[in-house]
Amino acid sequence: MDLNYTPEEQAFREEVRQFLKDELPSDISAKVKGGQRLTRDDHIRWQSALTKRGWLGVNWPTEHGGTGWAPVQRHIFEEECAAAGAPRIVAFGVNMVAPVIMKFGSPEQKAHYLPRILDLTDWWCQGYSEPGAGSDLASLKTRATRDGDHYVVNGQKTWTTLGQHANWIFCLVRTDPKAAKPQEGISFLLIDMPTPGITVRPIILLDGEHEVNEVFFDDVRVPVGNRIGEENLGWTYAKYLLTHERTNIAGVGLSKEALRHLKSIARDQRKGGRPLIEDPIFRSRIAQVEIDLMALEMTNLRVLADVQAGGAPGAESSILKIKGTEIRQAITALTRKALGPYALPFQSEALDGGFNGEPIGPDYAAPVTAQYFNMRKLSIFGGSNEIQKNIIAKASLGL
Amino acid sequence: MDFALSEEQRLLKETVDRLVRDRYGFEVRQAAADSDIGFSRAMWATFAELGLLAVPFPEAVGGLGGGGIDLMVVAEAFGRALAVEPYLATVVLGGALVEHAGSDAQKDDILGKVVAGETLLAFAHGEPDGRYDLAHVATTAVKTPTGWTLAGRKSVVINGDTADTLIVSARVSGAIDAPDGIGLFLVPSDAKGLTVRGNPTIDGGRSAEIVLDGVTIGEDATLGEPDAAYPAIEAAVARGIVALSAEAVGAMEVVCDATLDYLKTRKQFGRTIGSFQALQHRMVDMRTALEQARSMAILAAAKLGADRVERERTMSAAKVTIGQSARLIAEEAIQLHGGIAMTWEFAPAHYAKRLVMIDHLLGDTDHHTDRFIALTDGQAAPAGTF
Ligand SMILES: Cc1cc2nc3c(=O)[nH]c(=O)nc-3n(C[C@H](O)[C@H](O)[C@H](O)COP(=O)(O)OP(=O)(O)OC[C@H]3O[C@@H](n4cnc5c(N)ncnc54)[C@H](O)[C@@H]3O)c2cc1C
Repeated sequence: MDLNYTPEEQAFREEVRQFLKDELPSDISAKVKGGQRLTRDDHIRWQSALTKRGWLGVNWPTEHGGTGWAPVQRHIFEEECAAAGAPRIVAFGVNMVAPVIMKFGSPEQKAHYLPRILDLTDWWCQGYSEPGAGSDLASLKTRATRDGDHYVVNGQKTWTTLGQHANWIFCLVRTDPKAAKPQEGISFLLIDMPTPGITVRPIILLDGEHEVNEVFFDDVRVPVGNRIGEENLGWTYAKYLLTHERTNIAGVGLSKEALRHLKSIARDQRKGGRPLIEDPIFRSRIAQVEIDLMALEMTNLRVLADVQAGGAPGAESSILKIKGTEIRQAITALTRKALGPYALPFQSEALDGGFNGEPIGPDYAAPVTAQYFNMRKLSIFGGSNEIQKNIIAKASLGL
Repeated sequence: MDFALSEEQRLLKETVDRLVRDRYGFEVRQAAADSDIGFSRAMWATFAELGLLAVPFPEAVGGLGGGGIDLMVVAEAFGRALAVEPYLATVVLGGALVEHAGSDAQKDDILGKVVAGETLLAFAHGEPDGRYDLAHVATTAVKTPTGWTLAGRKSVVINGDTADTLIVSARVSGAIDAPDGIGLFLVPSDAKGLTVRGNPTIDGGRSAEIVLDGVTIGEDATLGEPDAAYPAIEAAVARGIVALSAEAVGAMEVVCDATLDYLKTRKQFGRTIGSFQALQHRMVDMRTALEQARSMAILAAAKLGADRVERERTMSAAKVTIGQSARLIAEEAIQLHGGIAMTWEFAPAHYAKRLVMIDHLLGDTDHHTDRFIALTDGQAAPAGTF
């Protein structure tokens, strides 16, 4: 056993660092580190820099213009990006629909959509969930009926993250309501958002932010050629996508960065005239989450090494999701706690880039409590933590 | 032992329960919270009419002479309504300071106006580096021939932007964190040299950042002995903890009920999600946390009149329990509701925000754990207590 990174991996880390130093726009990393809002253009600028370097397709094979990186390299890349304050790559196109298109799409679909994802022509969003179909996704009702060489789509999707920026949405729709099992009557459609009959309405989250949307479909005509694979086999493709949704699910790099931020706040805050980080109760709270994170990092690396050696992660990815989100949430809760009374003021305007007004309290305070509440989503989406536990109990433990 | 409310307390409870049930729906609350001042003056006038602003004060000044339990009854109802009116700032903290430290003339004047709903107060005590330490006062008060000059900063002053009078703590003598040497000063909101910057808080309320830049006030603007205010501050904060604890219990009740209701109605996989045992146990944990919190809210209310150490130790214990229960219930309510609980439109999300923020007011769980240890180890517990 050798738990060190190989010399090649260390050299790779240096290369990534240098790239981030040269190409990550400093106004964007300042926003990320300061917890400020990112505009559509911020995302595009950062992803363009990656495209230029050939690094946007982190998980893609080289034949489609991806990096062809091994799992450990991807992990290093993600860790360095988080440490540098790079925005997370918006996953819906490059990391979600793209793998499905690569695996199940027609040659024409591959040729059309994949380059447009890499060159940022298209911004994708994910149309899976519906008001009545959350954890029980297979109960979805959005209906697609065949009319010649089109489907006519009617229904509603919800929780569509960043749908307000998107021009394409990939959807699960019901094409056979009479199928023996709900999973058997579902198809996977790619839908052009400007098509008549589509309405996108914002949902404001509890932190006041516009992050998700409702998407309504009213007699929306979608060419049959926009279907992935075969009719009524959409569930198979969706399940394949879900395994990709769970890559980097542990979020170790992000939690490490969040922990560094927590510590710097705890060093600045005072309790009884001393830095808060020297307070025994608070110090032990930080230590506990730091230790949890150390363990998670090792678990994550073990899974990655296994994948690198050709294994397929099963219940392990559920473990990574549960622990990863619990740790991230614990860090955001401690960061909120660290602020003391300054957790209360809600200075929304301070979250806009270029804000140069007077902060309320310390300049790092504004985003902290809102982020704590926002991060409650981590244990709800991407398969809730309860659903992940069900998966482990059934698939791995045979219960 | 008797946990029943007295006849007067039952009447009070009926009055305030009816008010919040009939006239304080969630939309009313949201509209008030979204307004510039962050609450409704009309609602405040209604509170005055119903006698709610008189509850904790002695009859001599027009009060109802209520104790901790009466305050609990009112605050719990406000918690259920998620009320945003400045009851804590004006009646509970401000009123208690005047009652404990003020002269008879000041009590008559100020508390009379508070009871009538004619004046609003705020306690300008917290400071940028003070965290939750009640004795930390860096703001200075310097004697002049005709009165005092105040200089310093006050932070996160709840409802400080609408108060007619700020009750400002300032140091007359002693080290920055010494209980001795602190005075309380009445500063009108239009005083020269006073800057009050108001802002919304994440739980739908308002707070203010305050700068005192050589504010001069007269001799008569001191509340009590100008260097011996600490006991009054502690007593006022104790009253604040009783109110906050009860408010939290009211809010927890609403959130628990809403979650239980959701578990019984939301269907996934062809059955109500409440049929999943994994969620049943979580719901049970929430109810258990609520009952523990309620017990401590009652204990705190009952001990409001006790001797200092017993009172303070109980307040700290209550605040720890409330902080833990409130966070657990807030986080679990969101989780068990799923995505819907993440939205602005959904009332329990706002209750959850208030519940978590209550731990950031008047000392959090860590602060009160420290304090509980100090108060417990500092002396042998008197017989009959625990
Ligand atoms: C901020 C945010 C962004 C999102 N972005 C997207 C997006 O871009 N695209 C998209 O399609 N969806 C998105 N989602 C939706 C997300 O995937 C769903 O919220 C999630 O699947 C849970 O569904 P639900 O909200 O309907 O909760 P429900 O499924 O109703 O669950 C409610 C509670 O019951 C629990 N539960 C359900 N079933 C079981 C069971 N069998 N055993 C034990 N417990 C159970 C859940 O864990 C949860 O605690 C997003 C959600 C959020 C909050």
